[in-house]
Amino acid sequence: MRMAAKTELILGPVPFHWPAETLRDFYFRIADEAPVDVVYLGEVVCHKRAPFFAPQLDEVAARLKAAGRRVVFSTLAEVMLPAERRLVEAMCAMDEIVEANDVSALSHLAGRPHHIGPYMNVYNEDTLRFLAGKGAAHFSLPAELPAGALRALGAAAPALGVSLDVQVFGRVPLALSARCYHARLTGRTKDSCQYACEADPDGLALETLEGTRFLAINGIQTLSHSCLNLAAEIAELKEMGITGLRLSPHSCDMVAVAEIFRAVADGALGPGEAEDRLAALDPPGPFANGFFHGRPGCIRTMAGEGAPA
Amino acid sequence: MSAEKLTRPELVCPAGTPASLRTAVDAGADAVYCGFQNATNARNFPGLNFTPAELEAAIAYAHERGAKVLLAVNTFPPAGQTALWKEAIDIGAGFGIDAIIVADIGVADYAARRHPDQRLHLSVQAGAASPEAIGFYCDEFGVKRVVLPRMLTVAEISGLHQQIPCEIEAFVFGNIGMMAEGRCSLTNYVTGLSTNMDGVCSPAGQVHYEEDAQKNLTTRLGGFVVDRFACGESAGYPTICKGRYHVAGRAEAYHAFEEPVSLNLSALLPDLMRAGVTALKIEGRQRSRAYVRSVVAAFRQAVDALLAGGDPQISSLLALTEGHRETQGAFQGKTWR
Repeated sequence: MRMAAKTELILGPVPFHWPAETLRDFYFRIADEAPVDVVYLGEVVCHKRAPFFAPQLDEVAARLKAAGRRVVFSTLAEVMLPAERRLVEAMCAMDEIVEANDVSALSHLAGRPHHIGPYMNVYNEDTLRFLAGKGAAHFSLPAELPAGALRALGAAAPALGVSLDVQVFGRVPLALSARCYHARLTGRTKDSCQYACEADPDGLALETLEGTRFLAINGIQTLSHSCLNLAAEIAELKEMGITGLRLSPHSCDMVAVAEIFRAVADGALGPGEAEDRLAALDPPGPFANGFFHGRPGCIRTMAGEGAPA
Repeated sequence: MSAEKLTRPELVCPAGTPASLRTAVDAGADAVYCGFQNATNARNFPGLNFTPAELEAAIAYAHERGAKVLLAVNTFPPAGQTALWKEAIDIGAGFGIDAIIVADIGVADYAARRHPDQRLHLSVQAGAASPEAIGFYCDEFGVKRVVLPRMLTVAEISGLHQQIPCEIEAFVFGNIGMMAEGRCSLTNYVTGLSTNMDGVCSPAGQVHYEEDAQKNLTTRLGGFVVDRFACGESAGYPTICKGRYHVAGRAEAYHAFEEPVSLNLSALLPDLMRAGVTALKIEGRQRSRAYVRSVVAAFRQAVDALLAGGDPQISSLLALTEGHRETQGAFQGKTWR
């Protein structure tokens, strides 16, 4: 039997527009206190936000590295405008490990080791193999993949010499658009947005006409209102060959979130206890895990409960 | 009009059934696009699409009349299930299909390696919107044409045309979703069926209409209310990205993403042709034969009139748009964003 690699805890990029000082303090605290192995930095949602944090990026990366974390730089998920293309090109030109979140970045990264982000459509072993051949060493898989597909990808990864992670905590990215919904809400456009998205550190909840909290908007991105929680599925993920657990940052105490997931991954904490502790941290929405079980992503189901293959 | 010489664009039309395909060809389509009766294409709806035998007959019908047939194999196979997509590629290539429209990198790689002479188009579902992304698919898989995401202005399309080594196909008419194609899991979040993997958006089997005592109509997808219509108001099909929602601090519910409008670029046809668009695409494989006949004939007439230096008569198209409301979407300019 193959020895399972140590499960790594990964902090994904912050998808929201947090003030630069908040972001810096957040990462300093992660460096000092959080039991995460890898930290992804960089603006993935809107190129207009990137300049605010750019002056502090080097300092934050250095602090994280000094604290023993691996640092990876994530590229934009949607690339069309000249400014977006320049941002991706500049990031790919750095002497760092870069995570591609759009095929645009691949043209810059092919031939050298890089990561593939969750916004890239890697749904199957053929895509995995092709991208591995271009230098992809690590993949963060799309949130909507069900367990059966994750298992098949986990089986294919070792022979390709690549590692895999999946998101286990946080609101799930569901859609991207060319239009900024925060700007639209305030009667502005993407060009004249005045950074309306900064008001919502976890995204802005949309409710249905009957008052059910449903989705969250974040600039051009739409996220789930619910909060993904795969604490109960970690044992299965490990057994499938998924070696990374990705936490997507929120304004709640992410150090505490990381400690809980570290303890579950180490077998020191049961999923039930983990859920109680996570719920006490004021996560951004009710817990959900439907995608993993091949069910609607919005639902919460107990592992193995009526899940189609 | 001046003596400007416009290049004749290819009119690419939808065919949800063999009958629609014949209708589109007879109405003047230069090419029709269609898919098989399974998850390998992005309009995997009950009662729609082609068996292999139907496709073979349809190709013969179209080719006899000088029209092309394009096969959409433009979804993303989940790991462990790629055989169905490879079979679709093999069948299409075996029939001498004029092009296969692909989105998934693994599927594109298979098609390019197994059938190196098969012409490939890059589906809008691949979401390639930059010269770098489009160039990647051209270099790696020999893609000959990109179907552009509906997020660029005409000026941006013109700029893009100068920077990519392949043809451009652009949507000109039909239903438009607000989300970037190939990157939307909203339907799966609510229904458990994936747009990318299963080829469905807002599946009819999970759509519900509820009428109250005052005859107000509430529309739902899965368990979530998408919109509500007063008695007598025309109710739209519930699609998450066209629904109305509440947010904190705003008194009225609003269309958070987009109004329920249809794309109609008929007035921009000359601009698109000047921008270097090779093919004009009409959405609507789920539409009736009557709709296909009307829209294809109207665009045929409009394109031919433009090429002859005349003015196209296109007002009849407005009656066919969703809720009789139309938009030029992103194509009109940057304020749409």
